[in-house]
Order: sequence, then structure tokens, then C-alpha cells
Amino acid sequence: MEHSIIFAGFGGQGALFAGQLLTYAAADAGLHVTWIPSYGPEMRGGTAHCTVVVGDEPIGSPLVRNPDMVVAMNLPSTDKYEPLVKSGGLLVVNGSLVKRPIRRTDIETLVVPANDMAQEHGSQRLANVVMLGALLEATDLLPLEQVEQALRDHLPKRHYHLLDANIAALRAGAEFARIFMPASAAVT
Amino acid sequence: MTKELWKGNEALAEAAIRAGVEAFFGYPITPQTELLEYMSRRMVELGLAFLQAESEIGAINMVYGAACAGVRVMTSSSSPGISLMQEGLSYIAASEVPVVLVNIMRGGPGLGNIQPSQGDYFLMTKTVGHGDFHAIVLAPSTIQEAVDLMQIAFDLAFKYRTIVTLLGDGSLGQMMEPVEMPPFKEWPEKRPDWALRGAKDRPPRIITSLYLGADKLEAVNLRLQEKLQRIAANEVRYETFMADDAEHLIVAFGTVGRIAKSAVRQARANGMKAGLFRPITLWPYPEKELDALIAQGRVKDILVVEMNAGQMLEDVKRIAAQRVPVHFTGRMGGVIPLPDDILPVLEALDASGNGQNGHKREMAFA
Repeated sequence: MEHSIIFAGFGGQGALFAGQLLTYAAADAGLHVTWIPSYGPEMRGGTAHCTVVVGDEPIGSPLVRNPDMVVAMNLPSTDKYEPLVKSGGLLVVNGSLVKRPIRRTDIETLVVPANDMAQEHGSQRLANVVMLGALLEATDLLPLEQVEQALRDHLPKRHYHLLDANIAALRAGAEFARIFMPASAAVT
Repeated sequence: MTKELWKGNEALAEAAIRAGVEAFFGYPITPQTELLEYMSRRMVELGLAFLQAESEIGAINMVYGAACAGVRVMTSSSSPGISLMQEGLSYIAASEVPVVLVNIMRGGPGLGNIQPSQGDYFLMTKTVGHGDFHAIVLAPSTIQEAVDLMQIAFDLAFKYRTIVTLLGDGSLGQMMEPVEMPPFKEWPEKRPDWALRGAKDRPPRIITSLYLGADKLEAVNLRLQEKLQRIAANEVRYETFMADDAEHLIVAFGTVGRIAKSAVRQARANGMKAGLFRPITLWPYPEKELDALIAQGRVKDILVVEMNAGQMLEDVKRIAAQRVPVHFTGRMGGVIPLPDDILPVLEALDASGNGQNGHKREMAFA
């Protein structure tokens, strides 16, 4: 088993942290995992992305051209990665910011109104965790509880007062996927 | 010990702490700055010597001084910074003092960019300064391997009184992986008997790289060469992956070494007999081991993959010595070749009757 996931969004949307959270959870579960960010001179409001590869064998390449799954938090990321998702893969899109239809028919698509849902839990900045919850529910990457534990263990101290809100947002994302993702579409 | 998630640069820094580093002098440069930043906190916390110098030139000469005192000292930088350190590194090599140097390579030449590259292969393996010498070059392909190699870096440096370099690239420095950190290493309190610690009650010792007489300097060089031969005979490291029955052998190091593993797995899944030879020491190069693999006669062609224009390629061609065609594919300027880039090249070789069409270096630019 080996899965590749790209998390992408505007700088500040927390795409890199969502990827790290999955990576922490995978590492704590004893899986092999790599996390590699886009890095370099980025402008405020520019895009940021990271690639996570998780598997039960040592990871060869930490980078992929055609990821199994993409979590796209904004329109530029959707435009960039929709064509790259592996056929049969999964695209999770932030429907609060991406209003255009998804054109690919050979992949599963899950449109999550992540910003709106995050706002209901107190802050739009929780959108990344909502998206991650939806991804986890739609796949068999890791149990939700493993990522909840990773949040408890690895949420930066300065954000620790937001732990409960993060966990609630994660669960809300999963709940959304449970309702709107047909069981047959689950990516394994 | 349990595994923890570490960023490459920070893992290397902590690994050096565990290995017993006592002093660090450096100057920040992306993509290795986190190593220096980590040291600026951690070394102060442990009461060790950390200093951000005014430049790479200052840093390497501080390293030189500490090394002459028999102190376990290191620095880290990235490609342009290493260029600046070359004079000092040559002095260090001639003076035969132990130093550990980390180079997290970035795109070049020139100021280039901050993306991953392997463009410093020549620089690090052929001569990391003027004159006749080589540094030991360790090239990890994972963060765990980087941590493990750091554990032997100071041993090698002190055993041979030489420069030991850990050669990574921006992606190794920036990525995160689960790592098992080793315990803290014990070192004897006694300093080596060549170290300059104050000459009270004993005759003074001299460490120098200046020998005005030709005979004397030739003798120094002969001694250096003898030492390099000993290192070459004893310190070779490499890994093979599915190479035993491989007809198409990829040779790749560092980050590309691990990417090539994915390509080999995919090629095997497609029924192709592909394998990987991954040098871990780039100097000394695992010459005999690669030679022996070719001599077995099963390898029909070799594909060298690098993040440069074909530098290690020169060594592989020399070792292959016309027995099998040696092809090359690579990317430059900070672009990382992916398994999807390597696989079609392997398939083309397989389809072409195993490399009947000569050395295809131009594949890099296809």
C-alpha cells in the first residue's frame, strides 16, 4: 500500500499544516511517510502546497507527478491539480472558494464548503482541518481518531486553545463526507 | 527508541549534537538555514560553542582554528557558500585536522536558486579546494540515513584527520520523515596528541599548511596520498536494490537514489529486470563493487540519473570501461526528476534491444 496526497492552497490557509497533521498521524501509526513542502520565495497570497506519501514500505520518491488524492483549498490549486489527479483518484475541493464545476469524470470529486463550515466552528482558518476530515472519511488512509490524537500531540502550543475547535472541525468534515460521498466511491 | 517526525535540516543538526559536536561556526543560506537556526538554540542550551560568523569565509576559518585544537567542530552551508569556503577547506586538508561539513545543495551555477540540485558532485568529490586531496563524501538518500551517517562522520574525521562532508540537497533538507534518533555518543576526555591546547611543560606542536621546500611539500603530499588510499580501501559504502539479476542498472545517489527506487519498483511490476546501484560514499566511490556487478555479465546497460548535467556519469563511464553502454538522464536548475521521468527511459532501453544505440546522454534534453 502506498498513497500520495497533495494539499494545496493560498499561503495562510494551512495546506502545509493539514499535510503535516496527516504525516504526524501516519508516523505515530507506525507507517512509512514523507512530507515535502513547496518552498522558495513565495508572495503573500501566493499558493503553497505539500506532498505526503504514506505507505507500509519504505518510501522511495517523496514526490509524484500524478497524486492519488488532492486537497485543493482554492481555485488556483484546483486549476493546477485537477488535471494531475491519477485516474480513479480523489479530488477534494473547497466549494466555498471554488465555484466552477469539476470537469474530470474519471476521478471521484468531493466538494466541501470548507470555509463556511469552518466559520460555523468559529474561524475560517479551520477550513484546512475540515478538508482533512473529509479526506479521511472518503478514504481508508487512517482512522479519524489517529488524526485527532495527532492534533492533541502536535498542534503548536500557541494554538492549543483552539484544540477543541480543531477536533470539532475535523469531525464536521468527516460527517460531511459521510453524507455526500457515496460509499461506492471510497478511494482505497 | 521511538520514531519522531523530523525535518531534514533539523534532524542533521540534532544528529550532530548526538554525535558529540562541540562547536559550530556558520552563515545562513537557504535551503540549509534551519540547521544553523536549530544549532543556535540547541548548542546554547547545552553550553556548546555556536557562532554565526560574518561570512562563510569567516566561518570556515573559525572551524579551522577549532579543529586545530582537537575540538569536534562542524559547519554547514549550501552550494554558493561552499564555494566561498574552498580556500579554508584546502588549508584544513593540508593541515590534516578533522572537520565535518554539511552541504545542502541548491541550483546553480552562480547564485542560482534555492531548489534541490546535485550540481556540486564534481566540487565535492574531485576537489573541494585547491591542491591534491579529497574529502570523504557521504550522500544520504533519506533523513534516517543522514542521521546515521552523521554518527560516523566525526569518527571518520578524527580517525583519518580529514574533512568529512555530508552531501544532501534542498529536498532532503526541507522534507520531513520519521526518524529514530541515536543516543548521545561518549567521547574520551583526552584530546588527540596532535591538538594545540597550550604547550606548557611540553615542546610546542605545529600545525601548518605552508611548506616552502619542494621536497618537504612533496613528502607531505605523499603522506596525504597514502592516507587517501587507506580511506579508499576501507571506507566505501553503497546500497544495491534488486540489482542481483538486473539487466538495466540505474546508478543514482542521494535524493535521486530514493526516487530511482520507486522507478525500479514500477519497472519490476511491469516485468522489466531493473535494479539500482546507489553509492553512499561518493568519495571514495564504490568502484570495485560497481565493477564487480558489471563483470558478472548480467547488466546489459546502465542508466545514470542525476540532478545535474551528468557529473557522476563520468565516474560510472570510467568504471564501466566500454563493457556496457552508459546512458544518462537528468534535470537541472532545481528540477527534480520523478519516477515517471525515469521509467520511460528504462522502457526505451528495454525496447531498443538493450542499448544498441550507444551512449544516449542527450536523453536528458528530450
